[in-house]
Amino acid sequence: MSPVIQVSNLSKAYRIGKKLERADSLVGLLRDTLTAPLRNLRMMRHPASAESERDKELHWALRDVSFDLQKGEVLGVIGRNGAGKSTLLKILSRISEPTSGEVKITGRVASLLEVGTGFHPELTGRENVYLNGTILGMRKKEIDHKFDEIAEFSGVEKFLDTAVKRYSSGMKVRLAFAVAAHLDPEILIIDEVLAVGDASFQKRCIDRMLEISREGRTILFVSHNIDLVDRLCNRAIVLRGGGLEFKGNVQDAIACYMAEDSQQGTVRDLTRHVRSGDGRARFVQVEIQNAAGHPCDFHSIGETVRVVMTLDVNFELKDVGIAVVLSSASGNRVVTSWNREADTSFHFNQGQHRIYCEFEDLKLRPGHELWVSLWMEDTGSVVDHVESVTEIRSRAHDEASRKLSTDRAQGVIALNQRWGLDRRNPATTKNLGGSL
Amino acid sequence: MNAKIGMLSQKQEPGAKLPHEMLIRRTEGWQLINLSELYRYRDLLWFLTWKNVKVLYAQSVIGIGWAVLQPLLSMLVFTIVFGMFAKMESDGVPYALFSFCALVPWAYFSNSLLETGNSLVAQADMLSKVYFPRLVLPLSAILAKLVDLGIALVVLAGMMLWYQRAPTIGIVVLPLLVVIMMMTAGGLGMILTSLAIQYRDVKHAMNFLVQLLMYAAPVVYPASFVPEWLQPYYALNPMVGVIEGFRAALLGTRPMPWDWILTGFLIAIVVFLIGLLQFRSQERIFADVA
Repeated sequence: MSPVIQVSNLSKAYRIGKKLERADSLVGLLRDTLTAPLRNLRMMRHPASAESERDKELHWALRDVSFDLQKGEVLGVIGRNGAGKSTLLKILSRISEPTSGEVKITGRVASLLEVGTGFHPELTGRENVYLNGTILGMRKKEIDHKFDEIAEFSGVEKFLDTAVKRYSSGMKVRLAFAVAAHLDPEILIIDEVLAVGDASFQKRCIDRMLEISREGRTILFVSHNIDLVDRLCNRAIVLRGGGLEFKGNVQDAIACYMAEDSQQGTVRDLTRHVRSGDGRARFVQVEIQNAAGHPCDFHSIGETVRVVMTLDVNFELKDVGIAVVLSSASGNRVVTSWNREADTSFHFNQGQHRIYCEFEDLKLRPGHELWVSLWMEDTGSVVDHVESVTEIRSRAHDEASRKLSTDRAQGVIALNQRWGLDRRNPATTKNLGGSL
Repeated sequence: MNAKIGMLSQKQEPGAKLPHEMLIRRTEGWQLINLSELYRYRDLLWFLTWKNVKVLYAQSVIGIGWAVLQPLLSMLVFTIVFGMFAKMESDGVPYALFSFCALVPWAYFSNSLLETGNSLVAQADMLSKVYFPRLVLPLSAILAKLVDLGIALVVLAGMMLWYQRAPTIGIVVLPLLVVIMMMTAGGLGMILTSLAIQYRDVKHAMNFLVQLLMYAAPVVYPASFVPEWLQPYYALNPMVGVIEGFRAALLGTRPMPWDWILTGFLIAIVVFLIGLLQFRSQERIFADVA
């Protein structure tokens, strides 16, 4: 049987960097055009450096990726942030074009990178169903046919003629998902972002996906939630740094994905990370360590975690504020810690410095991760800011931690908790009883 | 249940009988228009147009009033400034009627140009989330503005009744004039919108451009003011033929300026084609820069 999706040598490059940055205004374009001869002259003088310069400006979001997808297969695509998952998704959905290579697709494709694209608050629920459905590639007749079913699935039948701006956010998501769930493609491309929302909505998304896959439809599912990939997919590929790291069965893919860090070491180099700030000092390295100062792939739940940062300081800085921001995989900020709140102040001379921030007794739910962003300021101006530089991942390692739920809907963090009957102040209960 | 629905819809969709094949790769060079794809997405074009119309009127306090108010207020100002103070000639009709008859097509032209020029930026979130022929965005903007034009024409008809002016037989040309405006505004708008999504300052330039363009068309003055030797060049602006055509058809101020209309029509076709080419050649990077 021939594959329904055939990806061959797919690459996508983005241009980054300061020197050859594309102008983003017409005035800037004019300036660049006028100064171009000068730049070219400079490059002609140093052809070698120009070549490597140009190469450095290109960021290969996807490089030489090839794989096949057979009819009826559910393929998981896993990889860390920046591994090229979304780029692959966008190319397969025809949203952006590859730089080289090609994809051959046989069959009707629907891709869901987001539910509710094009929803407009002023339109009624009914109008939005039609608008959203046609954006996703359905015909009006097709929607007419399925309309009742979509309305029933969404559970907002009563409000279909109300403007969507009066909907609660939950109603909006339900309606949007109902439309998406009734697309009738032979091949479905789904992004993990679909699986956000409350627990019952997540479950519904997943059930619907399982249902679709049982109907023999082909699905490509992109995620970094290993648990979901494990449940949904029968084959998986692993992307890393834009390249294809592994393709094959799900268990091996997960093993490969987990092993990634021990191969590359736990120290993350930040010199080429996207950043903002005035650059008087920069975070150049970050590492997650355990209490003993050893590199730590997986944080043992309930123990101390150290975030060790290396800074390159270019100008002397007094009374620096440094913050470590922890966010969940879906991008929600979980907690911010900063040195000023801990009564620690830093003064840096020029040169390299290493500092650490310790979290005692961190209880990250097993299977989850916290993304670390770093932030540095002095008296109100941002010195350096890098987002999602590394992640703290956790694994259940003892009896206590195995009791923690892995359900994302329960939040990513657990607190130290003690429960019991309250006997300290019997007067309260008496009062309560009296008033009843 | 779902399988049953699936079969139903397959009967509906003629394309589903044959395996639908698609090749994704880098597109090179100039692209014109993929008519069959655009045709497949005609329902989207319709719903987007409907959305543009409804949202515009739902969001403003006086609803449908803006379509009427904008040209009416301009007419009022122009009548006072140019008609009363400057004593501008108006080909023998009351200045208010003279200028309103030009402002109706001009308002359509300038608003659809601005709306088309903004169409990509305004809907950038859609560009990066789902594939559809990008052309439906500017096209729906031009179509949606036709509703405004219709309303303004009704007001114009009311004014003609008030001043007791009957239209001439030339009124049959109006649809052609509207097509010229749609193609010109669409062509320019497509060029502008594909630039606007890449360069932030295009938006400001656009407003300025539209203001300037008004004085390059006979909106506040009659075309007869332009020296005769200059007129053939003046008519290169398609709006010259359109506006004088409107006046000839509705007010009978002059014979139908066929030569200007023809020039304008040819220019409009060229502008529209250039706009299409530009838009289609830039299309592939929209999602990357949006």
